[in-house]
Amino acid sequence: MSQDGMADAPGLQPGVSRRNFIKSVIAAGATVGASAYLFRTTIMGQNDSNLPGSVERLITLDINGQQRRVDVLKNETLASTLRYKLGLTGTKIGCDRAECGACTVLVDDVPHYSCSVLTHTVRGKKIVSIEGLAKPDGTLHPVQQAVVAGQGFQCAFCMPGFVMATAGFLKTNPNPSREQLAHGISGNLCRCADYNKILDCMMHAAELSRGA
Amino acid sequence: MADSKPPYKLIGQNYTTPDLVAKVTGKARYAEDFRADGMVFVKLLLSPRPHARVVSVDASAALAMPGVHGILRASDFPAPPPPPGAPPRPAGAPGAPAPPAGAAPAGAPPAGGVAAPVAGAPVAAQSGAQRATPATAAANTTAAPPAGPPLAAEIALTDEPLYEGEPILAVCADSEELAADAIEKIHIEFEPLPFVIDPLESLRPGGPNGRTEGNVFAAPNMKTLKWTAADMAMIDQGKFPSGAEAIDNLSIGDIEKGFKEADLIIERDHQQQTTPHMPLESRTAMAFWKNGKLYLHGSTQSVARTVAALAGWVGIKQDELVLISEYTGGGFGSKIPGAQTMAIPALMSKKLQGRPVMMRISREEETYIGRTRPGYTGWVKMGFKKDGRVTAIDAFLIEQSGPYRRQGDNATTANLASLCYQVPNMRFRGISVATNTPPPTSQRAPGGLQAGVLFEPMISEAARKLGVDEVAIRKLNGPSGQAVFGLLPPLPPGAPVPANRPRQKVTSAFINEALDKGAAMFNWEERKKRSGQRVGSKITGVAVATGAYTAGSIGVDGLCIVQPDGKLIIHQGIGNLGTHSLSDTARVIAEMVNMPWEQCEVVWGDTSKGLPWSSIQAGSQTTYAHTRANYATGMDLRKKIQEIAAKDMGGKPEDYDMANAKVFRKGAPGGRSMTFGKVAERAIQLGGVYDGHEVPKELNAMTKGAAASLVGMGLMGVARDNLPRDGQTYSFLAAFAEVEVDVETGVYTIVDYLGVADVGTVMHPHSLGGQIHGGGIQGIGHVRSQKLVYDPHYGAALAKRLHHNKPPTMLDIPLKMEWAAVELPDPSNPIGAKGIGEPSIGGGGAVIMCALAAAVGDGVLRRTPVHPEMIATALANGGKPTYEPLTSFI
Repeated sequence: MSQDGMADAPGLQPGVSRRNFIKSVIAAGATVGASAYLFRTTIMGQNDSNLPGSVERLITLDINGQQRRVDVLKNETLASTLRYKLGLTGTKIGCDRAECGACTVLVDDVPHYSCSVLTHTVRGKKIVSIEGLAKPDGTLHPVQQAVVAGQGFQCAFCMPGFVMATAGFLKTNPNPSREQLAHGISGNLCRCADYNKILDCMMHAAELSRGA
Repeated sequence: MADSKPPYKLIGQNYTTPDLVAKVTGKARYAEDFRADGMVFVKLLLSPRPHARVVSVDASAALAMPGVHGILRASDFPAPPPPPGAPPRPAGAPGAPAPPAGAAPAGAPPAGGVAAPVAGAPVAAQSGAQRATPATAAANTTAAPPAGPPLAAEIALTDEPLYEGEPILAVCADSEELAADAIEKIHIEFEPLPFVIDPLESLRPGGPNGRTEGNVFAAPNMKTLKWTAADMAMIDQGKFPSGAEAIDNLSIGDIEKGFKEADLIIERDHQQQTTPHMPLESRTAMAFWKNGKLYLHGSTQSVARTVAALAGWVGIKQDELVLISEYTGGGFGSKIPGAQTMAIPALMSKKLQGRPVMMRISREEETYIGRTRPGYTGWVKMGFKKDGRVTAIDAFLIEQSGPYRRQGDNATTANLASLCYQVPNMRFRGISVATNTPPPTSQRAPGGLQAGVLFEPMISEAARKLGVDEVAIRKLNGPSGQAVFGLLPPLPPGAPVPANRPRQKVTSAFINEALDKGAAMFNWEERKKRSGQRVGSKITGVAVATGAYTAGSIGVDGLCIVQPDGKLIIHQGIGNLGTHSLSDTARVIAEMVNMPWEQCEVVWGDTSKGLPWSSIQAGSQTTYAHTRANYATGMDLRKKIQEIAAKDMGGKPEDYDMANAKVFRKGAPGGRSMTFGKVAERAIQLGGVYDGHEVPKELNAMTKGAAASLVGMGLMGVARDNLPRDGQTYSFLAAFAEVEVDVETGVYTIVDYLGVADVGTVMHPHSLGGQIHGGGIQGIGHVRSQKLVYDPHYGAALAKRLHHNKPPTMLDIPLKMEWAAVELPDPSNPIGAKGIGEPSIGGGGAVIMCALAAAVGDGVLRRTPVHPEMIATALANGGKPTYEPLTSFI
């Protein structure tokens, strides 16, 4: 049990019980309305930066090892910034908010649902999306290698999220049991329900990671 | 198969599909991942009411906003083709937006001097407020069909929304947010109309009708059917009125005789819920026009077979459309030919002189418009002999059919029972009730999942009551060989009964072998002893169940090119919805010419690249259909390679064999040879049939067009599947499971699941395992957690998101699952392969219902989904079902 009395899932990263996770999301101001799913292109007269409570819009983000300058609205989610401002469309949006995990990215090595993280809260943090997982020379990350070896996933719309969740989980528990791993990445939905093969691949990924 | 020598080199082996690295690195681009210069966005205005007529629309404030580009209404869409025998739709007016003052009235004389079908009707008054219903149109013609008014087909936008969430109009703006703001400024006046959520309420005397045309679908249109007060009194007492009037009737044999012969009769009321398809990728689409052609990035299950549908929705010729869909994030039947809503960005873009238009569909919107599996309310009676033989089935199934058409899952359910239990006497009666709920369409094994969940627990119950083993009772009743099945429609009154009315037969059925293999793998004999045993608060349930579904069609085309660089390029019109059939069936061509897979490329997902005619990616048809088509294509290619070799190196074509991209004298691979690259060069020199200048006349026009675009590129293999088939192709699944039910809380855990498939020759083990388990888990989701829920008073949807009708997560299923295949080839397929996508789901749902019944008692659980509190409350009440299927719809 964690300190707040909620059961930590076996193998869950210490300190990120579900309740703590939810708390942190709320603290980050991520409980935005449905309009977060919308995004505004640059239009004359639509710029709201003079409104009270507005924040600096042109910020620098550390994404996949690169410093990217980007114009970010105050209510913009990280998923929106990645997909629609930076062209990193590997991160998928499968639900309106925090139900499916398809948008999972790493923020300072911790998996986050990027649809429920405000971009302004991740300034100065290291963000890794699916596009940044392989080495610059193209060598696939062990999780990616294991997926390829085991022909994991079907339609694969959930795949980037699952891969990022697993990559993050293995950083905190490099030698998980199958049950620990299943708990660790159970916040991601696969509608094709290829779970058994995904778990096979991800257990293989843990082996490859340890060997790497 | 004279020329190929099993065991195969490629077929049956694991490999990496050609799309996988792009998927795992984030490079794969789904419809929403495309951008284009100047792209603008549409948002939909969805109906807040379950049934209403749009009286007026005032969009002036919205259209006056800077950055708002336009509005699309139902009247902007081409009229869908009228149903057979129906008079033409009134031209123009229905649903037209209010014309600007002084403009010509909508519904001005139709172009081309077409005979006005509604002569004399007050055309000018037909604003959106007074939509001329098709009934009006029919009443004004003398050629009205006797069965009643024609039904308006569904189009992407409507002025008479028939369910909450149905799109009424679309607004285009510089951004989604701006489009959404503009929608807020639109004023719509609605005239509320009666609506139906619970089908039984619509059958009640004086109950509401889901449509102005009637309340039940009766071919070819609709009628109004109300049950008697006595029927409804029975329902109110929780008893299904099995003698009530039905619309659909099918039968075989004599059920009265069958029940007389029975030693055991089981009768059951039953309810299954409506579930949304919910693919993880919604039906997003982006469109633009260039050089007179529509370019559309869409999410579709099929590619070749989406072209005609989409062109029809947009109102263009097929060759005016370029469809790009290289990756699709799941469909499960909801995107078989794409989605009608893909026409919205296409037509909006046309209004904006071709400017790119993106329409993203949110999860909530997808739950409304993304299609459903129809729920059932019904009753079944089954008769059994002492040995477990099924003597008769009588089934009455009411289907929640949505507002637009008869879905017919219920009749499929009955037909599958006639196949799976080989029952000599059976009757099916059904009603497809119009409901003001999201429209159904095929959802993975339409009627098949419901069949398993409905019938299989009754088979297990009979086995328990008769003391027959549950595997044995299924083997006793199950089909084998070219088993005959199917129910027949009633003969016209007074017609003589023909001696042998034709029924269907399957091309193969090895369900008994699957049961045997599964029983051995599952250790059935030992584990069944644990079933029903209680330890502490937990009872174990162990069960077996079977499932079946269609698994193949015939008559499609294949197309490939050997290029001068020596590569074999395999063109596929198949969609990439995640099943891997796209590349699994491509490998058949490589196999036929003994080509290393590394030297093959697959071309797919873009109709400008020359794609052959394909089956739809539905009905589990693709693997069967395209192993046949690509076998024929591979044999064509092989024959042409041999002919070119004989021309250049002497001898007869049949003297030549091939391997490693070379052709050589049989038995002499080290001797004189030609590379495939050289063969391709010679093919270009020879022309004619060799490089695609001449192609078989029997090819589909799409394949001919694709071949024409590839003429002279190399040696072309192209063929239509003309292979014979005697019967209909079905695949089967035997499922085994163990559950653990906590009788104090009702919480249940699925401890183990095994699926053993009769799918003929295994094409790709990794993929097959994924299909067997994926289907099984979707069946588990149906039994466990998924459900659409409505407020019956307002007809408002309450479950609009993944969380509300939750699909299984990794923690809702066994930690490790096994699968197997019987690996007996289907004799009607040259490779022996059959489909698996749908046969896998019914067994999965059924076996959990059977296992729960084994743990908590027969007849306790008579509706799905089964929530823990249903079990706990039922057990606390001595096994009385918590919810009566007939009196508590929600």
